[in-house]
Amino acid sequence: MSAATEEKHDTHEHGLSDAGYIKIALILAAITALEVSTYYVDFGPLFMPSLMIMMVVKFVMVVSYFMHLKFDNRLFSFLFYTGLGLALFCYIVALATFKFFIA
Amino acid sequence: MADVAVHADHGSGHGHHSSTGLSNNKLAMWLFLGSECLLFGGLISTYMLYRGRVSDGPHPSAIYDIPFTSVSSFVLLMSSLTMVLAVSSAQRNDDSKTNLWLTVTALLGSTFIGGQVYEFTAFYREGLGFSTSLFGSSFYTLTGFHGVHVSVGVILLLSTMGIIRKNRITGNKAEVVEMVGLYWHFVDIVWIVIFTLVYLIPA
Repeated sequence: MSAATEEKHDTHEHGLSDAGYIKIALILAAITALEVSTYYVDFGPLFMPSLMIMMVVKFVMVVSYFMHLKFDNRLFSFLFYTGLGLALFCYIVALATFKFFIA
Repeated sequence: MADVAVHADHGSGHGHHSSTGLSNNKLAMWLFLGSECLLFGGLISTYMLYRGRVSDGPHPSAIYDIPFTSVSSFVLLMSSLTMVLAVSSAQRNDDSKTNLWLTVTALLGSTFIGGQVYEFTAFYREGLGFSTSLFGSSFYTLTGFHGVHVSVGVILLLSTMGIIRKNRITGNKAEVVEMVGLYWHFVDIVWIVIFTLVYLIPA
């Protein structure tokens, strides 16, 4: 096995290389800067959707790359996302009961 | 069949294995983190319900210091990077770099906690006590619980550094660091949600 192939295999098995993690962190920092900019710049009707999308993208990136869910066994993803899905369902229903989503 | 065996080993590490071939420690940690979603979901929902209920004391928009909280968020985000670099070093059996990155992560976590203590003190001085309003109660409960989680994370980081230095880890060292890392990243993703829903979206 060549060194390059071995390195590629190693990267795939344990996650990204250190440089890869730094790239992910830089992307996360850039998204955070964009999020903060929504506080100062008027995004109009795009304000709420853009913030929610950026939050979800950051969340998924940390879970997938830093927590290695993208590279790990799918059972771990199932356990985590089941808890998350249950929490979302449960509390969206609870908030709806209190008419939170009605302006 | 061989593919299944490889796949099972892929997520296992070298700890005690369950019948699935996966590490028991890792399974338990992911199950714990899944249940933590329910805890923080409840706290965040409660805050969302009560954030506009300000009968007395300052309104959220009057006290939030977005530039300060943005810096705190950035610090916690970067601590996730240093944590993953610690895990990466542990997987390469590089103890000195593992300890270095764990130290940096603990320092960044402590900085975040220091920032939160400063923020709470500033809010209190501006008239927002725990029982001033429903907004105050739900805000302090949510961010306080998160702060306690970060503090526990810092203690875990320092303990891990200690047992690595004294060479007291009997099992897979990389897996121990990875478990602490999973907890730390979870604390980070909770803050990602809190930063957007609590601080950036006005009540």
